[in-house]
Amino acid sequence: MSILLDRETRVIVQGITGRMARFHTREMLNYGTNVVGGVVPGKGGEIVEGVPVFDTVKQAVEATGADASLVFVPPPFAADSIMEAADGGIRYCVCITDGIPAQDMILVKRYMYRYPKDKRMVLTGPNCAGTISPGKAILGIMPGHIYLPGNVGIVGRSGTLGYEAAAQLKERGIGVSTSVGIGGDPINGSSFRDILERFENDDETHVICMIGEIGGPQEAEAAEYIRDHVTKPVIAYVAGMTAPKGRTMGHAGAIISAFGESASEKVEILSAAGVTVAENPTVIGETIANVMRRAA
Amino acid sequence: MDIHEYQAKEILSNFGVDVPPGALAYSPEQAAYRARELGGDKWIVKAQVHAGGRGKAGGVKLCRTENEIHEACEDMFGRKLVTHQTGPEGKGIYRVYVEAAVPIDREIYLGFVLDRSSQRVMIVASSEGGMEIEDISAQKPESIVRSTVEPAVGLQEFQAREIAFKLGLDPALTQHMVRTLKACYRAFREYDATMVEINPLVVTGDNRILALDAKMSFDDNALFRHPQIAELRDKSQEDPRESRAADRGLSYVGLEGNIGCIVNGAGLAMATMDTIKLAGGEPANFLDIGGGASPERVAKAFRLVLSDSNVQAVLVNIFAGINRCDWVAEGVVQALRELQVDVPVVVRLAGTNVEEGQKILAKSGLPIIRATTLMEAAERAVGAWRHDLTQGTKVRAVK
Repeated sequence: MSILLDRETRVIVQGITGRMARFHTREMLNYGTNVVGGVVPGKGGEIVEGVPVFDTVKQAVEATGADASLVFVPPPFAADSIMEAADGGIRYCVCITDGIPAQDMILVKRYMYRYPKDKRMVLTGPNCAGTISPGKAILGIMPGHIYLPGNVGIVGRSGTLGYEAAAQLKERGIGVSTSVGIGGDPINGSSFRDILERFENDDETHVICMIGEIGGPQEAEAAEYIRDHVTKPVIAYVAGMTAPKGRTMGHAGAIISAFGESASEKVEILSAAGVTVAENPTVIGETIANVMRRAA
Repeated sequence: MDIHEYQAKEILSNFGVDVPPGALAYSPEQAAYRARELGGDKWIVKAQVHAGGRGKAGGVKLCRTENEIHEACEDMFGRKLVTHQTGPEGKGIYRVYVEAAVPIDREIYLGFVLDRSSQRVMIVASSEGGMEIEDISAQKPESIVRSTVEPAVGLQEFQAREIAFKLGLDPALTQHMVRTLKACYRAFREYDATMVEINPLVVTGDNRILALDAKMSFDDNALFRHPQIAELRDKSQEDPRESRAADRGLSYVGLEGNIGCIVNGAGLAMATMDTIKLAGGEPANFLDIGGGASPERVAKAFRLVLSDSNVQAVLVNIFAGINRCDWVAEGVVQALRELQVDVPVVVRLAGTNVEEGQKILAKSGLPIIRATTLMEAAERAVGAWRHDLTQGTKVRAVK
């Protein structure tokens, strides 16, 4: 079984009546994702894209047995929706929303600690493209057709850069077990380390590709974890070699504000931990192919 | 979003941080008048710019007479202040803050930041105030005191006391320090700050604790719920290209190079810049036009990138995931027909419907340089720019 998501996962979409949410619900259904409902307060009883809408997450879970949720709610209300999912019995939540205030996310993270670890919801994002287990299901907004099913686990902050990597793999006939977007925000649900741990313990994943960028400590924390705990080959690319210090590069979290947060420092830290670093974004696929050939 | 020192001091003092008496001035005459109003016989005149390192750059002057105030102001107003944080272009001085000088016994560093490792608000303090925090951590790391705040209950008194004792403050000042720390934390929380920095926080000769300088930055994503903070935005302190982009809802950062970039997605935009550098060029900007890449957005992006007179070639790199390459190609063609683009344009499309997209670009009759991989696109953009430089012949996108 792939990590986080497979064909059986029962998915609800929070904010399903919005234009983008509707579109992506249709795309997810077309891909074969088991979308069983949606949640929009005050719109309970409606049907959207063939699935029932509920007023609350608890009602949706009770009626459909949903265990995963995709949050498509506008920034001012998104944190509240994530907490509702955590409280409603959802096991895995992906938040797509870009623009959630950082302090709202601090409260979300604190709120989730109310639950013992075995009952605590897993959150990825916000500000991400979601998660896909190719050939099985999509919980997000990525185009399914650029991914082949296979054995490379991808984890990254950026949406389109992740697509770039997946497309380079497809060109070489290499497939993906699961691709997880952890998002570009400074305070996020899961870190690189959290997802690496899942890939390390996943039978379907043989090689791990990590796509990082400037800003924050999570690439360095991942490097330490890889050095001490990961047995599978890890390939990494870090974006932002040319990014100036102290400037926010699109993603709220992509800012070099402390020692060790620049792309070159991260590359150095990852290399020292035994990670094979792709020198530039155009050779990510090639680098993975070489590592796989050597491992075979 | 950053604000000025005087604005940060006003906010913090409303929460209970003590600051020296001071007043804002827009001209040398007004500054002298403000000093008279404040009274005393020594004043500090401080240039109000969004950057640290003002003192060393001549943006902070001690004055003893009205004449000196006048001279200091004449020297500041209208000038660009270049500090180690502003870049070579500097930041314009249009306001000065006049403050009564206070006798200083000792200087403390105090900062509140969003700590990404603990995912909480962290207080950073040091007995070595007056130096920058980077220098303190390099030279006197043992002087740094850190404490993270539990978000559900906020900063507790015992935490604040611990900081006061670790800094070695006179026990008589503990309560004053606790009040100062709690005030900063409340201001941080209340207004969705991402940074509060008081450097230095001083103990005066008469045993008071005062914020001599103050800096605050705010979470752009939270400005929607703080209109009174959003109003403090000062466009004179921003790169005009970035102000224009922000007003149009585009994410743009101006750089020094001459190859303009139009990309969808922040990570891919950074990767594109890196590839340009690798191919021997320098990117002129970071620009993420978002996932949609509609014709309107593409046209807006071209206008923005070309408003930078340094731009001598443009690289468009779109990975169409949810949208389609043929739509993006139509957007590019439409934008190039509408705008007078007189620099080479390289377009790389990938993803959904890429063949249709390429066909639309080819059939348009426009001299668009096409590329299939990112490396190829970067090499062609750099090549076209070099060709322009050496041959003096423009590859025009519009006939």
